[in-house]
Amino acid sequence: MTTDDTNGQFGGYGGQYVPEALMPAIEELRDAYERYVLENEDGFMNELRAHLADFGGRPTPLQRADQLSERYDTEVYLKREDLLHGGAHKLNNALGQVLLAKYMGKERIIAETGAGQHGTATAMAAAHLDMPCEIFMGETDIERQRPNVFRMELNGATVTPVTTGRGTLKEAISETMRDWATNVEDTHYVIGSIVGPDPFPEMVRDFQSVIGDEAHEQILAKTGDAPDSIVACAGGGSNTMGAFHEFRDKEDVDLIAVEAGGSSLEVDEEAGVAPNSATLSTGEEGVLHGARTKLLQDEDGQIMESHSVSAGLDYSGVGPELAYLVDEGRVDAVNVDDEVALESFHRVSRLEGVIPALETAHAFGYLEENPDAVGDVTIVNVSGRGDKDLETVVEETKAHDLDVETASTVLQEAGE
Amino acid sequence: MTANSEIGAVFEAGEPAFIPYLVAGDPEYEASLEYIEALERGGADIIELGLPFSEPIAEGPTIQNAIVRSLEGGMTPDRFFSFVEELDVEIPLVCMTYYNLIYQYGSESGPRPFVERAAEAGIAGLVVPDLPAEEADPLRDACDEYGLDLVFIVAPTTRGDRLETIMEQVSGYVYVQARLGTTGAREDVSDQTDESLARLREWDVPKAVGFGIKTGEHAERIVSAGADGIIVGSALVDIVAEGAESGESTEAVADRLEAKARELKEGALRGVPTAESSD
Repeated sequence: MTTDDTNGQFGGYGGQYVPEALMPAIEELRDAYERYVLENEDGFMNELRAHLADFGGRPTPLQRADQLSERYDTEVYLKREDLLHGGAHKLNNALGQVLLAKYMGKERIIAETGAGQHGTATAMAAAHLDMPCEIFMGETDIERQRPNVFRMELNGATVTPVTTGRGTLKEAISETMRDWATNVEDTHYVIGSIVGPDPFPEMVRDFQSVIGDEAHEQILAKTGDAPDSIVACAGGGSNTMGAFHEFRDKEDVDLIAVEAGGSSLEVDEEAGVAPNSATLSTGEEGVLHGARTKLLQDEDGQIMESHSVSAGLDYSGVGPELAYLVDEGRVDAVNVDDEVALESFHRVSRLEGVIPALETAHAFGYLEENPDAVGDVTIVNVSGRGDKDLETVVEETKAHDLDVETASTVLQEAGE
Repeated sequence: MTANSEIGAVFEAGEPAFIPYLVAGDPEYEASLEYIEALERGGADIIELGLPFSEPIAEGPTIQNAIVRSLEGGMTPDRFFSFVEELDVEIPLVCMTYYNLIYQYGSESGPRPFVERAAEAGIAGLVVPDLPAEEADPLRDACDEYGLDLVFIVAPTTRGDRLETIMEQVSGYVYVQARLGTTGAREDVSDQTDESLARLREWDVPKAVGFGIKTGEHAERIVSAGADGIIVGSALVDIVAEGAESGESTEAVADRLEAKARELKEGALRGVPTAESSD
């Protein structure tokens, strides 16, 4: 495991802004993180690596994308986190945290989920490690991610709908924090991204850094050199930092975080809605869900509802470390809109035989729009697979009236 | 620090303090003014006034809903301060809100502009449920500059070094969280209250217990366990919510709030140990 001695601070971002009842649990977690994750006490990391290999299927491949390489006249490699068990990078963190909870003697796992990928990964990890598990999910997200709800339930998790607000990830996180504050003594909250109070941002990044570690070795084996750029989608930012962390000090590798531009970057102040989730590009510093970071908020500091066609990116905050690295100029924050992401979803599926998650489709959307900005060799982190998004893609492709070559086939099949 | 403040003076008076909470602007601005004033008539000694934040992670459903009603009615930090200035009450007011609203207020980044405006409006203290003592130095400095008390919460899980850290930062009173979880009225009083009060026995700051208190009997029980005050939120917010849902007149709701306040204050007074009972 790698870490920086940040003590929970990333240039003023980060910290611990939670109700007092949770503070002892957070201190206990930091202690456990330092002992087991950073110092490998009791062989924790060895056990985690074994679970990741045997249960998770690591290492995931680094695949050369021949058709995309030809299309963009650059070498495009795909880090295939969609091939990890469960179909997304989320398992790296979920397994790490559930195992850590066991080492800490906790008896119950709770988690929030947006797209359902983190909830699915947590439910799988909890089943694998024999821990009871409850997942909080906004009712809007339950509606648009039904296959994942079913998967969580199959793995024995209870899925609890969250009806406050717009019923998306932001509300699910708040509700999970409330449960944690009630049951903190025997329960561990598996936060799904590099957000939340210290030590979550550091710890989740460390669990996800296996992505960049593997990718580095694999690209060296294939090309003999580091890539010119790494492109990853960014909602909360866990696949992003997981892919970037290994390359942070390699200044000649461009790190490109692609956010959800949604339908527009303009904000509807009156309605308190940002029709995008481009927090790094348009957000302002503030305090939410345990950390100081960039947020989509109005001038009073009320948190705005965000929007993205991709439930997994639909969040008003972002990880504090990512906010810091963007301020420092180490990470470029860019964004693409819903339509570009949808088109990329179809294109990549058709050209490469890889159906990417709608989240990942944003990263491919950036590549389509900026093929000259990624250098001669780029790695796109395929954060997850798109099976969960098929219903959304069918509806949204129709709603956006997109002229996509394969759309008619998809629509036809869905109607059968 | 405590004895010199408005809030300190309430506790110096010797009676157990009754500290009700309502969300400012719930269910709408004008009625809310009347409701706060009714609480004073019913015997409130200090009032905690909620400035609503869109992500109230420490609140249960009752107060979450009140926050939604107030926000939908257009409550903002600036309107909150106007609200405070319009209120016709003599007792100290404590603003309870989340840190992002404090941090964002005004053109200068950080908590100082909010505290300056709060002091100008007549706020005597602040409670910020998502600001632990470790992160509180900038707010503590601003509160010291403008003479506001800064109340901190001690939870049933708070022990050891964390108690020391909080003791260094707290002024006015310490908010003793009676049970784990979020806010909300309950049918019984938690045994965790006694343990929490025992841990704080040596502190020379007043101890006010909140979370789950609903009746005069609860108030009596908590004061007799050694609390210097009781904090009641959800049981009062429930009355406001019922009034809003049933279309009750503002006057009728205000009367019910006043009666409930009186029940709670009288309960607290009954809980004061007499010379006989303390023998």
